[in-house]
Amino acid sequence: MSANDNKKYGLLIDYEFCTGCHTCEIACKKEHNLDHGYFGISCLSDGPRQNPDGSWEWNYVPVPSSLCDLCADRVNMGKLPTCVHHCQAGIISYGPVEELVKEIKKSTMVLFSR
Amino acid sequence: MSQRFNEDVYKEEWQWQEGEYTVTRTTHWSAPGCHNGCGILAYTKDGKLVKVEGDPRAKYNRGRLCMKCLNMVENVNHPDRLKWPLLRDGEKGENKWKRISWDEAYEWIEKHYRQICEQYGPEYISVLVGTGRNCMWQPAMIGRVCFGTPNIGAGFQAGDACYQPRCNAQLVKCGDVTIMDASQMHPERENNPEWRIPEVIIIWGNEPLASNADGFYGHWIVDCMRLGSKLIVIDPALTWLAAKADIWLRMRPGTDAAIAMGMMRIILKEDLYDHEFVEKWCYGFEKLEEWVEEYTPEKVAEIAWLDKDLFIKATRMYANAKPGAIQWGVALDQQISAVDAAMIITDMMAITGNLDVPGGNIFVRYAYNSSKKYAFGVEALAPGMLDKRYGLDFSPMHATGYSNIANTDKLFHALETGEPYPIKMLWVHGTNPISCMGTDATRVYRAFKKANALMVVVDVFMTATAIAFADLVLPAAMSVERDSFRSWFQPLRTITKCTDDYYECKSDETIAFELAKRLNPGYVAKYSNVKEMLSDFIYEDGQGVHYSYEELQHKVNDWWEWDYTYKKYEKGLLRADGKPGFVTPTGLYEVTPVLFDIWGFPEPKHYEPPESPYSQPELFKEYPFVFSSGNRGFATFHSEYRQMPSMREFQPQPLMFINPEAAAELGLVEGDWAWIENMRGKCKLKVKFNKGLDKRVIQAQHGWWFPEREGAYPTLFGTFDSNPNNLTTQGEVGPTTYGAPVKCTICKVYKVTPENDESVTPNVVKGGHTYVSK
Repeated sequence: MSANDNKKYGLLIDYEFCTGCHTCEIACKKEHNLDHGYFGISCLSDGPRQNPDGSWEWNYVPVPSSLCDLCADRVNMGKLPTCVHHCQAGIISYGPVEELVKEIKKSTMVLFSR
Repeated sequence: MSQRFNEDVYKEEWQWQEGEYTVTRTTHWSAPGCHNGCGILAYTKDGKLVKVEGDPRAKYNRGRLCMKCLNMVENVNHPDRLKWPLLRDGEKGENKWKRISWDEAYEWIEKHYRQICEQYGPEYISVLVGTGRNCMWQPAMIGRVCFGTPNIGAGFQAGDACYQPRCNAQLVKCGDVTIMDASQMHPERENNPEWRIPEVIIIWGNEPLASNADGFYGHWIVDCMRLGSKLIVIDPALTWLAAKADIWLRMRPGTDAAIAMGMMRIILKEDLYDHEFVEKWCYGFEKLEEWVEEYTPEKVAEIAWLDKDLFIKATRMYANAKPGAIQWGVALDQQISAVDAAMIITDMMAITGNLDVPGGNIFVRYAYNSSKKYAFGVEALAPGMLDKRYGLDFSPMHATGYSNIANTDKLFHALETGEPYPIKMLWVHGTNPISCMGTDATRVYRAFKKANALMVVVDVFMTATAIAFADLVLPAAMSVERDSFRSWFQPLRTITKCTDDYYECKSDETIAFELAKRLNPGYVAKYSNVKEMLSDFIYEDGQGVHYSYEELQHKVNDWWEWDYTYKKYEKGLLRADGKPGFVTPTGLYEVTPVLFDIWGFPEPKHYEPPESPYSQPELFKEYPFVFSSGNRGFATFHSEYRQMPSMREFQPQPLMFINPEAAAELGLVEGDWAWIENMRGKCKLKVKFNKGLDKRVIQAQHGWWFPEREGAYPTLFGTFDSNPNNLTTQGEVGPTTYGAPVKCTICKVYKVTPENDESVTPNVVKGGHTYVSK
């Protein structure tokens, strides 16, 4: 897989299972040597709150920022972006957007293109 | 990692060159600490660690890493690390030290060791250890092999209330311990043809995603959820897992035994158990019905503040699951009914047919039986020495040799009173009792001070305990600087030294080896270096592996067949005589343990926590919250990582959790500082809301100290300012002597204001308390 093939690449995130463990954030900060307060990907929290039926809603969603370059250097070496590689819940996939879009099979998936 | 990794880039060899970097496949365990043993790739250049990646070929974590490992370079190169041996060069507490050589340090130790032995005896030396990291057999070896003392104990956590109660409950019942089967025992993981996805998982008394305790990588739960496992979460607080669970049982801290007994009653009454297992393998099953009879759903709901219908539904859901698994944790240990709860929960696993079956709770041992741990070196003690341990008259389980360490509560008693004989020297290895593990922390401080024993501390950073009491501080190496191994469950893993030494730091193995060469040379005479010693340890008298430690470094991981074999009790794999059955006096699964009768222990039951709304109703009027500490975050591990800027960005300050409505009644908003106080002391933490928490329950994080503040007296890194153990107790333990009410006392909460704000540490240092006496 290469990012130099003129295709649009992105990250597909299945946030149903994002645990908010901050691995993607710190992996990115270390890879890109980002200082305190800067993030290439940031894990946002929605909830917790109770739904009318009493069930709990608590979602974390990692959102890539403008500092994300999809780990171009790593990808050129044949590696995956560091957030994809290290995500403890295994919820981030990397690839050409046109292929990732085919993987969207449920409501808790979001596609970020870059 | 969800995607396939590039097998050309991530190689199978143990080491390779990637551009300017040497890449080494190794394992991280500690230091700095963690309970996990994840496979990492250490990228080094010129003998220095440059970066860390998860090793995708390590089946334990499969490339994944948590934030602490990803920040390894900051840990390893932190300027505050201890760099060489330090001898105290001023009064205790002044934090003044003189750099000395290792030879001088060893000479100092030898001199004092010999003086104590001549004047008193080796048992006057005590060794304190911390939580389960790669720092278990090493201090035990120093204690028993080097010094010849039997007095090895934990850093003053009452009731050994961490994993020991659960392990002991299981050992008396079936001779082995269990772990939830998330396929982690199989080298091919979920693809193993025998493995089954747990239909239902009970997460009981832990938040495994952050704590990763007892050899269980927390995100394996998420792996199972993705495959369809349903969750039941038993926890006072709303966790992310509780929010995702089919059923969340919000319970009152310290009532787990009542819940377990109530569940068991439903399982028996509704005939939801495996009759074949009971008839064939159980001893004393009839008693169970008697024990649980009084725990009706109504009564349990009242004791534990549960929704009765949800409780019944959860019980049926687990009992009907084929298979069902239980992932349990330390909250069960931190109450006086700890062993009671663990016994009945183990019975639940057994009689529902989930013991040692795929996707249930499986028996697990240290890989290849290379089981060096706290019991290391018992055979090296002089005859009769084991009988001199503290607490044998108090604890039958210690007296009969069921546990080979000293009774921690009685070790503390000796520190505090000098009875039955005083502690003349303390070897404190990888534990920081007054900042973290020690319950009733200010009492522990006063006891240390009164005992005025010699103290050697082995650690990676200067600690409050060391500043206040140590004479000698020895710098330990970090994980990437050590040759070691991990056999804690599956697989057998190498820990390979892949950097140069950091200044003069030595690995715990090296310290133990070199001290043994001086103090008990016969024991290590056959080894010319640490690697030879490690080879012998993994060989384990022929029971272990028949290759050298260096070969393990090249194998990286080695998977042990025993650990991935199911129904071992049917196959004769548990007992030394090779017969089917369990390692118990009857050879059966002992619902009624024979040993319990011998020891005179009472039948399991729920004991009300000594300080609770029901046991102390008058006190509860003044302290109207149930208080539970030990809440975990992803960026820290007990008292570690507080000096790492990259971790403090995510966890800048200690947090307490409160229901927002309860907070509003107290005039507290998120971000306020609040005092948590009870009869023994107080601490201040930052308010964070937990919407799911019962309005009568407060939770707090533990292990907080402030490396950014002054270390010397009277500031002492502010070690008592935010320590929830100012509120916990010493000496209140369960009937087996295991389990203590660490997570279930009472407190009041009020806002920190300019008028009442203070640093309480100086008060303690001056001999006082954390609160002003009325």
